[in-house]
Amino acid sequence: MATSSVSKGCFVFKPNLKKRKISVPVENYFSKGKNESEDSKLRFETYQLMWQQMQSETERLQEELNKNLFDSLIEFLQKSHYGFQKNSRDWGYQIKLREIPTAALVLGVNVTDHDLTFRSLTEVLQHSVTPYVVSLQAKDCPDMKHFLQKLASQLVDCNVDVQSKEKESVQVTQKRIHYSMDSLSTWYMNVTQKTNPKMPRKKRTSSQWQSPPVVLILKDMESFATKVLQDFIIISSQHLHEFPLILIFGIATSPVVIHRLLPHAVSSLLCIELFQSLSCKEHLTTVLDKLLLTTQFPFKLSEKVLQILTNIFLYHDFSIQNFIKGLQLSLLEHYYSQPLSVLCCNLPEAKRRINFLSDNQCENIRRLSSFRRYVENQASEKQVALLTNERFLKEETQSLLENLHVYHTHYFLILRCLHQFTSSLPKYPLGRQIRELYCTCLEKNIWDSDEYASALQLLRMLAKDELMTMLQKCFKVFKSSSEKQLGNTEKRIEEFLAQFQSLDEAKEEEDTPESQSKGLQKTDLYHLQKSLLEMKELRRASKRQTKFEVLREQVVSFIDSLVREYLLPPETQPLHEVLYFSAAHTLRQHLNAAPRIALHTALNNPYYYLKNEALRSEEGCIPNVAPDICIAYKLHLECSRLINLVDWSEAFATVVTAAEKVDANSVTSEERNEIIHARFIRAVSELELLGFIKPTKQKTDHVARLTWGGC
Amino acid sequence: MMSKLELKEDKMLEVQFVGDDDVLNHILDREGGAKIKKERAQLLVNTKKIVKKPEYDLEEDDQEVLKDQNYVEVLGHDVQESLKNGSTTDGGNKVYSFQNRKHPEKMAKLGHSASDKVQLKNNDKSEFLSTAPCGLRKRSIVPRSHSDSESEYSASNSEDDERVAQEYEEDANEVTLGQKIQAQNRVVSAPVCKETPSKKMKRDKTSDLVEEYFEAHSSSKVLTSDRTLQKLKRAKLDQQTLRNLLSKVSPSFSAELKQLNQQYEQLFHKWMLQLHLGFNIVLYGLGSKRDLLERFRTTMLQDCIHVVINGFFPGISVKSILNSITEEVLDHMGTFRSVLDQLEWIINKFKEDSSLELFLLIHNLDSQMLRGDKSQQIIGQLSSLRNIYLIASIDHLNAPLMWDHAKQSLYNWLWYETTTYSHYTEETSYENSLLVKQSGSLPLSSLTHVLRSLTPNARGIFRLLIKYQLDNQDNPSYIGLSFQDFYQQCREAFLVNSDLTLRAQLTEFRDHKLIRTKKGTDGVEYLLIPVDNGTLTDFLEMEEEEF
Repeated sequence: MATSSVSKGCFVFKPNLKKRKISVPVENYFSKGKNESEDSKLRFETYQLMWQQMQSETERLQEELNKNLFDSLIEFLQKSHYGFQKNSRDWGYQIKLREIPTAALVLGVNVTDHDLTFRSLTEVLQHSVTPYVVSLQAKDCPDMKHFLQKLASQLVDCNVDVQSKEKESVQVTQKRIHYSMDSLSTWYMNVTQKTNPKMPRKKRTSSQWQSPPVVLILKDMESFATKVLQDFIIISSQHLHEFPLILIFGIATSPVVIHRLLPHAVSSLLCIELFQSLSCKEHLTTVLDKLLLTTQFPFKLSEKVLQILTNIFLYHDFSIQNFIKGLQLSLLEHYYSQPLSVLCCNLPEAKRRINFLSDNQCENIRRLSSFRRYVENQASEKQVALLTNERFLKEETQSLLENLHVYHTHYFLILRCLHQFTSSLPKYPLGRQIRELYCTCLEKNIWDSDEYASALQLLRMLAKDELMTMLQKCFKVFKSSSEKQLGNTEKRIEEFLAQFQSLDEAKEEEDTPESQSKGLQKTDLYHLQKSLLEMKELRRASKRQTKFEVLREQVVSFIDSLVREYLLPPETQPLHEVLYFSAAHTLRQHLNAAPRIALHTALNNPYYYLKNEALRSEEGCIPNVAPDICIAYKLHLECSRLINLVDWSEAFATVVTAAEKVDANSVTSEERNEIIHARFIRAVSELELLGFIKPTKQKTDHVARLTWGGC
Repeated sequence: MMSKLELKEDKMLEVQFVGDDDVLNHILDREGGAKIKKERAQLLVNTKKIVKKPEYDLEEDDQEVLKDQNYVEVLGHDVQESLKNGSTTDGGNKVYSFQNRKHPEKMAKLGHSASDKVQLKNNDKSEFLSTAPCGLRKRSIVPRSHSDSESEYSASNSEDDERVAQEYEEDANEVTLGQKIQAQNRVVSAPVCKETPSKKMKRDKTSDLVEEYFEAHSSSKVLTSDRTLQKLKRAKLDQQTLRNLLSKVSPSFSAELKQLNQQYEQLFHKWMLQLHLGFNIVLYGLGSKRDLLERFRTTMLQDCIHVVINGFFPGISVKSILNSITEEVLDHMGTFRSVLDQLEWIINKFKEDSSLELFLLIHNLDSQMLRGDKSQQIIGQLSSLRNIYLIASIDHLNAPLMWDHAKQSLYNWLWYETTTYSHYTEETSYENSLLVKQSGSLPLSSLTHVLRSLTPNARGIFRLLIKYQLDNQDNPSYIGLSFQDFYQQCREAFLVNSDLTLRAQLTEFRDHKLIRTKKGTDGVEYLLIPVDNGTLTDFLEMEEEEF
């Protein structure tokens, strides 16, 4: 069956049922793609396991981070509904009765992540506040009618969820009714009164309230039509006493937008409270912290990859979801392209797997550049053994993997430690976020960088209390880690802390005699000046370090030694290829593609794709044998806004005939011209399809150029 | 620059007598002012400032009697800077050269000069560029000499300016195109210099692309030759002859192209894997990706339900995509109130039945018909389903602009570059390309097809409408034939006997998209055939031949 026709554009292919039954399992695609399908099944399983773990971890994180926000929101909802509940006659309440309680939820510009937040918010609210939670999106509500309709139908649905299905038939018929606020409030009255007798049964779900409020979430407040929003607020404020509505605005930009969208008359009907969600940067930091800066997941990103992912995040979308998608892709790519990634799992399992490695995989290990470097540094007998004896190789690999694990444990501890020290330095020479520090550490020996030197310099100038808080923080970092391998370091820090404390007392003793010896003597101005100068000279000459300075120096050099010992870049570790994903290029291509550049390169420099020597040319010009579209494109760059088709085609013909001189005799010149004209037409219509030109009516037989600049 | 200094001195001569206090005031003022100016000179080294400066001077002239050396220096600095700037701009021009000097047949000329190797323009361009600063210097002097004669310098109204531009233009032309077209040049420069006075100069100096853009688009006049295709014998080709002609062309670089394609084919398994893992795949790059996707379909998707959607098909719509999913994939016979309802139904269906899997192959997701916001939203929502896998291709230069963040996250794209260099044969075959548009054979054949199946009366009715439309083809405000008039005419021709029968007939036409109805401002229904007049004339001729 062909897929082109002049009468339709959709072609459905349905294989017969028998055939369809044999669905190919996904892992087959995983293995078939590569020729060397070493352990591909195992690799795919590992990938899936790992991804599941990471995903659940991120979800857990998300929940945790949102918890605070949700708690305060719920508190607000309960508080604001309390008045309605009490039905008190208090004057302040009477005023308030006209105001719709509104929570403005500032969520940040990463709109794509909002959905997730709202979904969990709805769940939480339904669970703890009210069954009637409705969320609306601007695109569903172009006018008041649709707004109310959506609201009502979702409310009814909520009701169905809570109640038994007995009234379902009634509700279905209701669906077509034209809704008004009146009908909604009568509906609400009905529902609440009906449920009141049944209260004991669902006491747990709708909590302690007799008449639960209706919570309306407007997911993207900015994109709602102002008219709809205003009308709705005015109308519902009139009905507030019988229809206890609470609004939640999802705001992506800034809270000012409320006042921009709503005139004072309307916004005065709202009792707005502002809630700020966690900034997405902090969110990213936590995600990185829990997914990458940990030994829980063996999978690691190389410096370039991490850089690309964070750059996409920071410069493109601020979207955590996209970041996690990038992480998923790199995970997949790693397991897909690196046969040894089968060992990228937790340590005991990896050790077990090493024993079952095939000969081919052993060869793969030997081919790893980091492993080769490692072998070269060994004694010659060991070298031979490693290269010939499989068994020995496997044992060695096991120990190397273990070393790698230990290396990571130390690495992250020291990294955090260093971050504690450098994150609060003035001007942040090593970055404010731990991810920046991590990137530099991954890239090279950090102690070789100027930033590190200046950071140490700054550390040497710290005051005592600052230094002590840092040390305390470091101490906490060590304490919190479950691994006790750097126990020695922990002890050292404790010692330092103790020394600092003891310094306090010592210093007081030290200071007193000095100040006394230089006690104030009565003297004239000249002498005072002189003695001051003398004192200054004296100090400079015998600039003796105080105890504190000595200790500070010790601390700094201690940190320095830790860094030099443990923060080696991963490239220095044998077998790092097993755990580190480094194909940054592929990642960028697939996530952050540049279609315009690709198009431009293809048109401008065909040699880049078609490696034919005939197409090789210097910068800026192309040979006349290039594909037609390239020549037409190149010619069109010559023109400004409008292009005369006749001139264009003539220029094209000239160029092309020059290229064809060889076989000029085979066809008559008239026919050849025809063909060339046809080729020109084809090239032009292709350029039109690509969006470089478009037909115009400004002048006959002209086309308009749609791009700017050129060559 | 010299003239400028002279100008200053002229003004200094006007100084008569000033009291000490005034001098002091002015010194203080002056210092402040100079400082500001210095800063400005540093900030704005681009040339617009030079043009403005004389004006600034003259304004302050009344109060300002003291000219300190400093100020002049600053100005001088400014000019030097700008000249430097100008030369760097030329460097930039090499990258983004924009050449407004449009001469009739220049392109042909260029073509000639590039006969064996298309040195398309680098040669003459670089020559041109090397001379540009010289012209520029000349230019930057001239307006200043005006500034003492005119109270305010304006870029547009001085005649001298035009003269200068003309000079410059000729100068540039000479260098650029060499002697061989001098004769032509004289003909050319007359219209050109009317158009491009000072603007062009400014543009040459500043590297600001944005400015260039607006300048080129500000003038409505177009500087291209007036030659039309009608003078060429082979202006119009229809689709068929075009195809025949092109089939005679032997494809070049087939080995390399094959290699490229093989490279992409190796990715098929990976695509399948990634599709199954929740990503969707979009292909971009030059060349038709239709064959590639077709190969993907035949090798990988034989055992799966899949829908191929030709986005380039002019009659495609989201509705038809959804319809083919509901009717043919899900075997649902009912109808839906709206597209959104339909979408919701499909989404529910796919969520309920997780064993259901569907591959969507969309050629040209960025086509005219699908690029709308709503369509993209709907397709995005479909593609975000776990068991709908979307693999699509985009071709348009600005295609990614269709998607905002929200849509992108729905689509969850993985981008793959597949530059194939294959011709967009199928994509451009639908009568919408530039030079073949006029033939109109597709609507013509569909017209004849549909009309052949109608009764003679219905055909008569339709012919009446065609004739009326053709009679009015020169009337620009023609909006269609009102229903009442049409009914009257049909009655007179004994084609219908009641307006009900006419309405029934019209419904049929409308179903076949042969007519369109539009409510006029007076509330009357107007009927229009949405086919171009050339096709209609052809159709009438054919009809007459047949009968």
